[in-house]
Amino acid sequence: MGSGSSSEIPDADSLRRETGFSQACLLRLYRRFQNLDSSQKGYLRRVDLQRIGALAVNPLGDRIIDSFFPEGNLTVDFPGFVRVLAHFRPVDEEGARTRGPDEPEPFNSRMNKLRFAFQLYDLDRDGKISQQEMLQVLRLMVGVQVTEEQLESIADRTVQEADEDGDGAVSFLEFAKSLEKMDIEQKMSIRILK
Amino acid sequence: MSRRGAPGPGWGLPLALLLALREVPRALGVEQGSSDAQDASQGFEVVTFKWHHVQDPYIIALWILVASVAKIGFHLSHKVTSVVPESALLIVLGLVLGGIVWAANHIASFTLTPTVFFFYLLPPIVLDAGYFMPNRLFFSNLGTILLYAVVGTVWNAATTGLSLYGVFLSGLMGDLDIGLLDFLLFGSLIAAVDPVAVLAVFEEVHVNEVLFIIVFGESLLNDAVTVVLYTVFESFIALGGDKVTGVDCVKGIVSFFMVSLGGTLVGVLFAFLLSLVTRFTKHVRIIEPGFVFVISYLSYLTSEMLSLSSILAITFCGICCQKYVKANISEQSATTVRYTMKMLASGAETIIFMFLGISAVDPIIWKWNTAFVLLTLVFISVYRAIGVVLQTWVLNRYRMVQLEVIDQVVMSYGGLRGAVAFVLVVLLDESKVKEKNLLVSTTIIVIYFTVIFQGLTIKPLVQWLKVKKSEHREPKLNEKLHGRAFDHILSAIEDISGQIGHNYLRDKWSNFDRKFLSKILMRRSAQKSRDRILNVFHELNLKDAISYVAEGERRGSLAFIRSPSTENMVNVDFGTPRPSTVEASISYLLRENVSAVCLDMQSLEQRRRSIRDTEDTVTHHTLQQYLYKPRQEYKHLYSRHELTPEEDEKQDKEIFRRTMRKRMESFKSAKLGIGQNKKAAKLYKRERAQKRRNSSVPNGKLPMENLMHNFTIKEKDLELSDPEENPDHDVEEMSGGIEFLANVTRDTATDSLSGDTGSDTPLTRRRSPREVPPAPEKRPRAPPQAPPTPGPVPPGAPPAPPTARSPARTALPDREPGTGLASEAGLAPEAGPALGAGLERRGPPGAHARSAAARRVHSRRSFQRPRARRRPALLKLASLQPSYHAPPHALEQEETPL
Repeated sequence: MGSGSSSEIPDADSLRRETGFSQACLLRLYRRFQNLDSSQKGYLRRVDLQRIGALAVNPLGDRIIDSFFPEGNLTVDFPGFVRVLAHFRPVDEEGARTRGPDEPEPFNSRMNKLRFAFQLYDLDRDGKISQQEMLQVLRLMVGVQVTEEQLESIADRTVQEADEDGDGAVSFLEFAKSLEKMDIEQKMSIRILK
Repeated sequence: MSRRGAPGPGWGLPLALLLALREVPRALGVEQGSSDAQDASQGFEVVTFKWHHVQDPYIIALWILVASVAKIGFHLSHKVTSVVPESALLIVLGLVLGGIVWAANHIASFTLTPTVFFFYLLPPIVLDAGYFMPNRLFFSNLGTILLYAVVGTVWNAATTGLSLYGVFLSGLMGDLDIGLLDFLLFGSLIAAVDPVAVLAVFEEVHVNEVLFIIVFGESLLNDAVTVVLYTVFESFIALGGDKVTGVDCVKGIVSFFMVSLGGTLVGVLFAFLLSLVTRFTKHVRIIEPGFVFVISYLSYLTSEMLSLSSILAITFCGICCQKYVKANISEQSATTVRYTMKMLASGAETIIFMFLGISAVDPIIWKWNTAFVLLTLVFISVYRAIGVVLQTWVLNRYRMVQLEVIDQVVMSYGGLRGAVAFVLVVLLDESKVKEKNLLVSTTIIVIYFTVIFQGLTIKPLVQWLKVKKSEHREPKLNEKLHGRAFDHILSAIEDISGQIGHNYLRDKWSNFDRKFLSKILMRRSAQKSRDRILNVFHELNLKDAISYVAEGERRGSLAFIRSPSTENMVNVDFGTPRPSTVEASISYLLRENVSAVCLDMQSLEQRRRSIRDTEDTVTHHTLQQYLYKPRQEYKHLYSRHELTPEEDEKQDKEIFRRTMRKRMESFKSAKLGIGQNKKAAKLYKRERAQKRRNSSVPNGKLPMENLMHNFTIKEKDLELSDPEENPDHDVEEMSGGIEFLANVTRDTATDSLSGDTGSDTPLTRRRSPREVPPAPEKRPRAPPQAPPTPGPVPPGAPPAPPTARSPARTALPDREPGTGLASEAGLAPEAGPALGAGLERRGPPGAHARSAAARRVHSRRSFQRPRARRRPALLKLASLQPSYHAPPHALEQEETPL
């Protein structure tokens, strides 16, 4: 990895500050980006990501691909690509401590990790996971052996369990609350994305 | 007759039999000798007892039987095997058996001899390791593995040997006839981590994949180092310590490269040969598995003959051939190979450990020197830890996946020594190495210590180190569900970020592999399996297409295609099986509930039992059982004892189908938005209806796993009772699949067209001019009608159907009608003949015509009814005439149907 190649990355420095990725990691991601961008367009489209074979067998693969393309965007450039991945950077202790109060929360904070997960469920972007939305995710994640009735009852139950204000849907706060005992920092981090 | 020994109560019949038989020859020898003389005079004898005739194989077979029966015994109690590693149990069993045999006649006749070990027991284990090696993981960590294997082993050998020598000089060990070279020799044989021992223990300790592959890889690859160090020091000793010159040392280093690279090269060559041979075994399916074993074994023997590293040879033979062999041989052969290999390896491992126990029961070899033994133990542990820490410190500067402290502890602690060391020490020549017996006893103690003590404690250690989430609490439904979702998200992000050691070299290699190696080493039909899943999908589509048209033929017309009487289909299809499923699974759950087997239940039992709780239980259990497993969990790396790839594949296929179906729908709808303005509204409606129907699809499917056996029958019945509608069922998915393939393989299609004649080409591309349907198409395919300029949506285009959110809309401009279509049109004439060739290969000419019809049908129907059912038609294959049923190559990939 020659040092000269890092200059290829547009806005490397600001991107590094923003996402917290190390130089080497950013470079690796850039390589990956270029690799996915098979026709060297400088951006990725959904098909580019869909071509990754392993995603086709990931029940949530398409949803995750969608999350790279927020607000109906058709393409994602490198900064956008990295910003999504930055959610999965492990939480570093000193980074959290040295952060000034006025600085924005880093992408890899617990809340942002949760928010990323939340928006995978919340398809209509109304800030709530309805029973229907829960059901859709369940349907993706559960094998064909489970009947629709069972699924519905599971979805009902799941929503009820988390739903505190009784509106029949899970808001983000309720979502976060239901997972408060979970080690999100660890579960939603990839070690290698440093 | 002469059962003298008193077998231990627990070991029962086999042992008694064994002992009895051991006594037989002695007792019989005399009788036979005397009776022989009589025989001559008495003439023909009806029954003769010829023990000597069968003695050796008989005893071997009995030992294997004893070991296997013992294994059954161990696993009768889950408690024991979950705490004590099997290897330790086997050693203890060996000790007991050896003790009994020795007590019986005071000879230790059974020991682990180098010949048996190196020629018969080790190869299966190493071959198994190589053949099932997770290649990707292995090669992405190859640098690390090599460093540990080479530098680490040299370091261990040198430090252990030198330190022992230092202590010896201080006089702590008393008076021994031993020199520096002997110590170094001992150090080199005791330094190497043993693959058999490591596998046996690590298999039961579930550490993360990277850690596993590093320790395991190290244990495999350090063989070359061990062999070289061992032979070098042995020859130095033979030469005499003072005559060793610098040139000899240089030669030693050179020989290291010779041995390791040579061994690897031999392995690769034989892998090449093996792949090539399996390419042509189409007509001798039955001996296919044999080739795998024989040729790999030959690689082992060849490198042994050339005094290269035989372990490296057979490892790399397995690693290199696995891809091609698996693609070439039939599904049945693959299963045979898999099971045979596991059986051999597992059996060999069992025998090795048992004999390690038995071999120790021999007073002749024991020479005790407390200081020597204890210090060896201390030194190997300490220096391994130091070595690991030092090397990791260096490695972590370069590694993407950092090795953390916990990993280092496990790596240091997982440095188990095993049978290789024992056999090497037994091989020593007592006339040269005066203190051979001391070395042997120490080696045995070291092996026992590492295998039994460390093997016992490593599991608790691993658990203890990850003590973080010790809180054992029944996770809430939300946690469980979201937790699983997070796992999936993570694995997807990993794939997207390509962080599992993605690098330039791999790309280069896969290019080279695709362009040259696969062409030579794989069957034509297997070559297109660049992507296994896509390939499966493609196969399914082909079969569907063929059966679909054959169905039309059976009825005498293809009219049924147009009849839109599909509304009640859904009910027909899923309605029937569903109730039974529910019942089955619920009764299953209830049964489970009673026995409280499931972990969920146990924790739940403490709660107050109410209906609500029962429901919860059922829910939890259902989730537990049926949530798709994330990759990390189900892709078990390497296991000697478990074979469950089918499950994973099933899951993969299931998810893949759904994903494709979804993508297809959105793809199609977006496309229609462009091509078919007039019909848009109607289609939109249909899509909606379709979606509603689809929504019940995934979970309305037949429970394949459970009901696999009656599935076929059901489908057949279904077909008979409702012949009109079934075929319609799968049209859209397969056409969808074809579309998708066209899309996905677009960028690779060019080289596949020129190179691999059409077998790589998705069906859409196969439409050559002469095959264009004569009838005016009611619904022409969208692409030809698309405006030549890449304008995404013409003005006045209908609102995109709801599903158009995802790929489709973006996919379309991406298709770049200018080039995409041009290439399609331009390539068509070329593709036509190519296709012809492809099809002729595939089946009789009749099938060709039929497939052409199928294609026509599909192209016409592509966008009509995007409905996502497909299985019925698959089963219909059974009802086809044989000639259409099985295109030769389809047979090779027979696993596809479900």
